[in-house]
Amino acid sequence: MSSVATPAPAPRRPRRRRTKLQRRQTRLAWLLLIPSLAVVALVAIYPLGKTVYQSFTNQQFLAGITPTKWIGLDNYHQIWHDPAWKHAVILTLKFTVITVSFEFVLGLIIALVVNSSFKGRGVMRAVMLVPWAIPTVVAAQIWKWMLDDTFGVVNDFGVRVHVLSHSQAWISNPSTSLGAVCAVDIWKTTPFVALLLLAGLQVIPSDLYEAADVDGASKLQQFWRITLPLLKPAILVTLIFRTLDALRVFDIFAVFFGNRLDTQTMAIYIQSATVGDGNVGLGAAASVFMFLIISLFVVIYVTFMRVNEE
Amino acid sequence: MSTAAESARTVSRPVSRAVRMRRSPIGRFVWKLPFWILVGLIFIYALFPFYWALRSAFTPDPALFDTPIQYIPHHPTLQHFRDVLGSSLFRRALLNSTIVAGSVTLISLVVGSVAAYALGRFRFRGKSSVLYLMLSMTIFPQIAILGALYTMFTGFHIVGPIDFPKLYDTEWALIFSYLIFTLPFTIWVLTGFMRALPADLEEAAYVDGATPLQVFYKVLLPLIAPGLVTTGLLAFIAAWNEFLFAVSFIQTPGHYTVPVAIFSFTGTSGNAFQTPWGQLMAATVVVTIPLIVITLLLQKRILAGLTAGAVKG
Repeated sequence: MSSVATPAPAPRRPRRRRTKLQRRQTRLAWLLLIPSLAVVALVAIYPLGKTVYQSFTNQQFLAGITPTKWIGLDNYHQIWHDPAWKHAVILTLKFTVITVSFEFVLGLIIALVVNSSFKGRGVMRAVMLVPWAIPTVVAAQIWKWMLDDTFGVVNDFGVRVHVLSHSQAWISNPSTSLGAVCAVDIWKTTPFVALLLLAGLQVIPSDLYEAADVDGASKLQQFWRITLPLLKPAILVTLIFRTLDALRVFDIFAVFFGNRLDTQTMAIYIQSATVGDGNVGLGAAASVFMFLIISLFVVIYVTFMRVNEE
Repeated sequence: MSTAAESARTVSRPVSRAVRMRRSPIGRFVWKLPFWILVGLIFIYALFPFYWALRSAFTPDPALFDTPIQYIPHHPTLQHFRDVLGSSLFRRALLNSTIVAGSVTLISLVVGSVAAYALGRFRFRGKSSVLYLMLSMTIFPQIAILGALYTMFTGFHIVGPIDFPKLYDTEWALIFSYLIFTLPFTIWVLTGFMRALPADLEEAAYVDGATPLQVFYKVLLPLIAPGLVTTGLLAFIAAWNEFLFAVSFIQTPGHYTVPVAIFSFTGTSGNAFQTPWGQLMAATVVVTIPLIVITLLLQKRILAGLTAGAVKG
């Protein structure tokens, strides 16, 4: 990431006319890029522009019923004052903060465990890929069954070991429902976070630790003074990826709650406005809001990284 | 000076009791015990939900809805698997997902490897802008273009006799929209593979009079074959697991992909009030096992691809 973010300035060569070969190379390169650029333009850039345009109109999915016309900022105004949207934004932010911090701490512990050499390390690494490989919708259904209020294993086990006094309705009870969805996301993604951090751990040269041992540094000191600072790039990249992913969460909430109003995330709000109500214009305006929120996070992270590099 | 003396003192310091204990065989075991407990907990945490799906798939219905629950089925049965695989809708969903994920992967690899060739082996102005564009596409929130794609898929007039076809409620809508996340990812990772190749082979081929396209598919493509497998696999899994677009653009149950089928699962009973958990768990096992087997077989390559896409990305 950092190598891309800060490309090394090319050494200034004495000005020379571009050779024929170079010109031919440039032309061929662009020729080879045409198919990809065309696909990206058609699949991403055109729809993005269309979304922005639609957000200023009263576009409906079934366009024949009400003619589409320009309505200015009406959609934005409506969403800004919609308590359901505000609720969705807050819920999504809560979900993001909870899952990303748990995944980071648990993932770091797991990465440190798997990074030390022991018999069966290869098996552990394989095991960690299992939650990652399971589709999110499937994982959510499995957990929904595990959290079932009458026949779920979580309640049964909790009561058996006396952690719970009686069975809980984890998903339908508003005070535990957020925790329930977070549990699924944390289970599914922590191993992946651990694998990314593990890749970062493995490039730290081991002679640093040997030198620290000779100097009598404790394991804890070594962790704070060597491991964490050198792991910082991997940590930041992992956090960016996870945050952006968590902000657009959709699958688990859809499986657990359907369209329940008190559990709408930003993505669920947009999807049910667009597809459920067919109110494409309103959904587009919400999309623009969400896009801005996500961009804000990217800007925060990137400036944080720049500051740290200096 | 003083630091050298200090470190010398540390090394020659008498062996402490803790260290002595750590060196005896029993002591080593006790010392390592918390570590192994931690390893065991991680193991159980990662695998238990999948075990629970397996256990529920093999438990016959009466025992499944009975308390206290059985942690290991007393009388395992294959009935749930028979029911699920006997359902034509579920088989149809498996086929649809294979078609969609397969086509998306194939298109991404063909189009993406050509672009990766340009980005990885050529020097030209604008290269880094294109790379930036692809990188920003990999973190693009798909939900942001949901409405636009939704209306595009009802078909519209482009220019002259050319119309954008009506894709809504067909597999084509998914193949088209999934390219938004598979293609930039493929280009990004394959460019890394292309860049890593040494220049000598290419130069030798040019000296022998090969054209750039010949160099591409006779020299470079075979060399990055492992990269193609990894990238293709990751793209396939991403497309196989996608849910948001699939649930928005598909209406007819016969066109459902696997995640949508699992999402709106009613089983063969058709009872809308009681989820048929046994059948549903059998279905989750059926769709998950191929993914787990592939993942475990190609473990090393997947890890390399994931970290190339994320850490370097």
